[in-house]
Amino acid sequence: MAESSQLTQHIESFVNLSTSPAHQAASLDAIVSSLTNNALTVESLVREMGMYLTTTDDVIRARGILLLGELLTRLDSKPLDDATVHSLIAFFTDRLADWKALRGALVGCLALVRRKSSGGVVTANDAKAVVQSYIQNLQVQSLAQHDRKLCFELLECLLQRYPDAVASLGEDLLYGICEAIDGEKDPHCLMLTFRIIEVVARLFPDDLLGSFAGDLFEILGCYFPIHFTHPTGEDFDARRDDLSRALMVAFSSTPLFEPFAIPLLLEKLSSSLQSAKVDSLKYLSNCTVKYGADRMAKHARAMWSSIKDAIYTSHEPALSFTTDSLNGVAIDENGILTEALKLLETLIKQGLILSWIVGDEDINLIFKSISNFKSYNETPPQSKQKLHAAGHILSVSAKASLSSCRSILESFLPPLMDALGLSVGNSSQDCFNDKYVLEGRLNHGALYLCIELIAACRDFVAGSEEFKLEFAAANETWCCLLQSFSSSLAKALSHTLARSANGDAYDADIYFGVKGLLILGTFRGGSSIISKSIFENILLTFTSIITAEFEKTLLWKLALKALVHIGSLIDRFNESEKALSYMGIVVDKIVSLASSCEFSMPFSLKLEAITEISASGPYYLLKTVQGLKEVICSNLSEVYVHGNPKSAEIVVQLLECYSNKLLPRIHEAGGFEEALMRFALNIWSLIENCVAFSSQVHEKGPLDATMKAMKLAVGSCSVENQTIIIQKAYTVLSLSTFPLKEPASDIPIQLKGLQLAQETDNCSSRTAWIYSLFASIIIAVRPQTRIPNVRLVINHLMTTLLKGNVPAAQALGSMVNKLGLKSNGTEVPNTGTLEEAMDIIFNTNLWSFNDNGALRSNGGMENGGAMGLTDVARGAANSRSLQIHAIAGLAWIGKGLLMRGHEKVKDITMVFLECLLSNGRKSFPEEQNSSEHSPKSVMKCAADAFQILMSDSEGCLSRKFHATIRPLYKQRFYSTMMPILQPLIAKSESSFSRSIMCRACAHIISDTPLIVVLNDAKKLIPILMDGLSVSSNDFSDKDILYNLLLVLSGILTDKNGQEAVIECAHMIINRLVELIAYPHMMLVRETAIQCLVAMSRLPHARIYPMRRQVLQAISKALDDPKRAVRQEAVSCRQAWASIASRSLHF
Amino acid sequence: MVSGLINANPVVYEKKERRVRSPSGCADEYAAEAIDQQEVFDILLALDIKDPEHPYSLEELKVITEDAIEVDDERSYVRVTFTPTVEHCSMATVIGLCLRVKLMRSLPSRFKVDIRVAPGTHATEAAVNKQLNDKERVAAALENPNLVDMVDECLAPTYG
Repeated sequence: MAESSQLTQHIESFVNLSTSPAHQAASLDAIVSSLTNNALTVESLVREMGMYLTTTDDVIRARGILLLGELLTRLDSKPLDDATVHSLIAFFTDRLADWKALRGALVGCLALVRRKSSGGVVTANDAKAVVQSYIQNLQVQSLAQHDRKLCFELLECLLQRYPDAVASLGEDLLYGICEAIDGEKDPHCLMLTFRIIEVVARLFPDDLLGSFAGDLFEILGCYFPIHFTHPTGEDFDARRDDLSRALMVAFSSTPLFEPFAIPLLLEKLSSSLQSAKVDSLKYLSNCTVKYGADRMAKHARAMWSSIKDAIYTSHEPALSFTTDSLNGVAIDENGILTEALKLLETLIKQGLILSWIVGDEDINLIFKSISNFKSYNETPPQSKQKLHAAGHILSVSAKASLSSCRSILESFLPPLMDALGLSVGNSSQDCFNDKYVLEGRLNHGALYLCIELIAACRDFVAGSEEFKLEFAAANETWCCLLQSFSSSLAKALSHTLARSANGDAYDADIYFGVKGLLILGTFRGGSSIISKSIFENILLTFTSIITAEFEKTLLWKLALKALVHIGSLIDRFNESEKALSYMGIVVDKIVSLASSCEFSMPFSLKLEAITEISASGPYYLLKTVQGLKEVICSNLSEVYVHGNPKSAEIVVQLLECYSNKLLPRIHEAGGFEEALMRFALNIWSLIENCVAFSSQVHEKGPLDATMKAMKLAVGSCSVENQTIIIQKAYTVLSLSTFPLKEPASDIPIQLKGLQLAQETDNCSSRTAWIYSLFASIIIAVRPQTRIPNVRLVINHLMTTLLKGNVPAAQALGSMVNKLGLKSNGTEVPNTGTLEEAMDIIFNTNLWSFNDNGALRSNGGMENGGAMGLTDVARGAANSRSLQIHAIAGLAWIGKGLLMRGHEKVKDITMVFLECLLSNGRKSFPEEQNSSEHSPKSVMKCAADAFQILMSDSEGCLSRKFHATIRPLYKQRFYSTMMPILQPLIAKSESSFSRSIMCRACAHIISDTPLIVVLNDAKKLIPILMDGLSVSSNDFSDKDILYNLLLVLSGILTDKNGQEAVIECAHMIINRLVELIAYPHMMLVRETAIQCLVAMSRLPHARIYPMRRQVLQAISKALDDPKRAVRQEAVSCRQAWASIASRSLHF
Repeated sequence: MVSGLINANPVVYEKKERRVRSPSGCADEYAAEAIDQQEVFDILLALDIKDPEHPYSLEELKVITEDAIEVDDERSYVRVTFTPTVEHCSMATVIGLCLRVKLMRSLPSRFKVDIRVAPGTHATEAAVNKQLNDKERVAAALENPNLVDMVDECLAPTYG
């Protein structure tokens, strides 16, 4: 009882229009749920609803029926017995006549008709009854949009699901449909309408449909072409294409539309609307396929002339002789040309208009007057367009089918060959050797058409699977024609290329020459058409261009591109025979360029050729990588043994090429790890075997390049391979440096410091190479890779670090960044853990001072952890250069810790802060050293340590080198450091220590994401200003200055930032005005002026007093030596001048 | 006003393709880039003076061309010669005034600017030249609020 009253309540709240939509939906949900869990049956529900369904009150009845309909929609998978379905559908069928409550009836019918077969469906008879009632009662076009949509959905559903029952209604139904869809305008409904027509055309027999085809098409035809005048922005823009496609399907749904559709489409081809033209062409192609050749035959002539018009008048972009267009067709913007050619292809495939093409006057006229097209540059544009149109037509026709290919080639190729002056040379063997002399230049028109034809032919051969080339080559006339012409054509083209020169006049010749050879070289199917000797000769021609004709830039580039294209095609289609030729003729020759001693060809071009060729396939890539590796190694050993400066120069270029061009490609191709590992191992063996280094290997170039390549190569290896490499490196390291003994604690650091000056010079360059390369491996390894004997390695790196070797410091940073924590449990024994490493770094004996133990007890004793290295950094060793190196090293270690979010980084930054403050606390003894080792330089170095901490480094601790990077680490560091640094700046006594603090802050600010900085812009502005003035004093700080200025301009262009700026506008403008005249960096001046432009948008009252000052400064900037600055100055001057009046009188 | 168009069918020229300057600046921080023909042309190009009768820009109508600009950076001298589309073009003085104001505001003050109508292209050539190069008359014209508004309208879009 309670349930039934609840039900009534739900029904009431749904039917009652005054309740909120959310409420109604809730009650609908409630009823649905009680129906699905069988707490309520449909019958009892209907009984309960009784009055709501039959009352004479229109509103309540409409809502009641709608409720029932909605419920049934939601219950589409609940099984219902047949009797229920029958009685329900009978009810709704009946209600279709009730126009005042129509919505519910439509929804209900639709729900029932759509039911899946699993749970009780409407019978065919019932469906028929629905249709009858539909035809009788519904005036679809007089309904509102949503109801119309429902009507069409219902109709479509009925047609789709009950074709037999519905079709038996015959003419009545067709009448009904015509009536329902006539004059529909809503896009959504139209989509349905078009689909209904498509279904109808499928459903009814031709004889019945025949009498209605005219009427149906009359309704349909007026929608073509689909054209929206609606403002775009709604979803209409995307829907135009959908509608157009649906209409196209409807157009081509039955061949019976042919007498009406084709004339309409042909007529619309001459429309001035671009989209109408494109649509017409599309529709015609589609209809041609659907209507069949028989019906279309009578339109063939008209269609051919329309297509010709479209092709001849379409606006084609001018040919460009660049490498990009060599193997692609140029794309036209409006699509007319593309669609016209597609239609042409369809028609030819149907066997329709081939005869028209062969006999066409326009095309034959071009062939007759081919001598007018002597050279590209002398041909007038109109003739060029005609020529290209003919080329397009012939090319598409030849591509379309075997028969068309046959007839086009047979009728057009021989005259072209005559025009080119080529004979049918069938001795393909030694065509390149005989003394062939070409009279004058090849006729451009004939060459163009000929290349188009052969390209079409090649595409046809490549595209048709069933086409038996071997068989055809012997039997088809056109194949024989091609075979016989190919050798003389190839010969003529190579001659053209050989005689070409730089300059516009030859561009076309070169382009078509290369293109022709490329097409001949890319014929599929082994050597049945293009013989092997011709193919190899083509490769030889291109290769000799690469090696000899490098002054002709265009020719060289095109030839290289063509070679790459040929190579990649061979690779893609697995043509093993050609691959052998290619490898032998092209790849070997070009790779050997790098090692050849012939110096007339610029080395950069050689490298370009090598890298491009490597792109043609993974196999060739491997080959080039190996070739390059050998050249690198031989040149490196030359450098080691003889210190040959020329080799050093070459090796740098080679390594640059290796790491910048080839490595990314290897990375892309994947699976070449082996080669990378070999590269790394080879270099190590080289060093191992080369005991006596030449004394001249002091230049940084080769070492830096080798380190970069080593890092990248190791970085992309897997853990196993990295382990192998690192083992090898470790062996070399331990063998060749002084024996690696356990703690070298007995080497007093003091002594080392004293020796430092000599050591940097004397230190054998071999050791330097070994240390640096070993460090670069450590930088690049993955976190999982096992580093042998961590303790010794760290000791070693630290000693090297103190000599000022930056890679060693980076390696240490990288180690502490990647080593596993003790707690994670999965550690492998012997890998070493972070704790261990930290322990060694900070507490090892190496850093204690045997001869001066007193110092040790002075500094930083309260923090037991931070001792050794930090002591040195604090200046305990009394050697400034040692201190500077220690600070730099600590900075990298700190960066490694900071990035992984380790707390120890705090101790390190405290050391830096101590150094920054040391000025105030200590009195420096008079330094005997030069100024670069003064205490000031130590402080500067400590400030710059913050830059190392914050900035992103390419060569170390990046994603590429598998660093552990904690998100937002920069923000975190910023927000811990700024509160410490800010009061320190305020308290600082001397101007110098203040400037040093500002410098440290500047580094932090300029590397923090702008959003974070914006939040406390107000507090930062004074520091920014100080930083700007400090860094503008020294010309070597221009980068810091520029970075700060960028932060300032970021603040100024942000809305919140502007508010923060208002208070100190005066100060900022003064500073910016000074920077306008900054002589050392154009970007600074430019950005300063841009900042001033941004300042001009602040409230007038604030900035008006400064107007005169700014304008005076700007008028000087108008005479700036740099153009970009002058341009900015003009707009800045206008912005400031127009604050008060637009005139310039100030 | 005259009924009917002064120049019913102007010759429209294709815009000449711009020479692209090689990116400089990174090459030598201290090298000076002299003010040259192209730079002055760029300054003037941005002028939004439309033919009052047709929607073509000055460049399309070849009223100003790059070749008609003489620049001598060392001697601080610029001479712009412009070509009115028809002999009795009523816009000649306004165009000239706009050119002068634009250059005044964009070039360093050391420059002497000379604006001229190309010889033989305007009915009252001498008068226009005199008017455009008379300091007093230019100053007076810029005191005239109507003229200033007009000039500013032409110049406004040229400031990025």
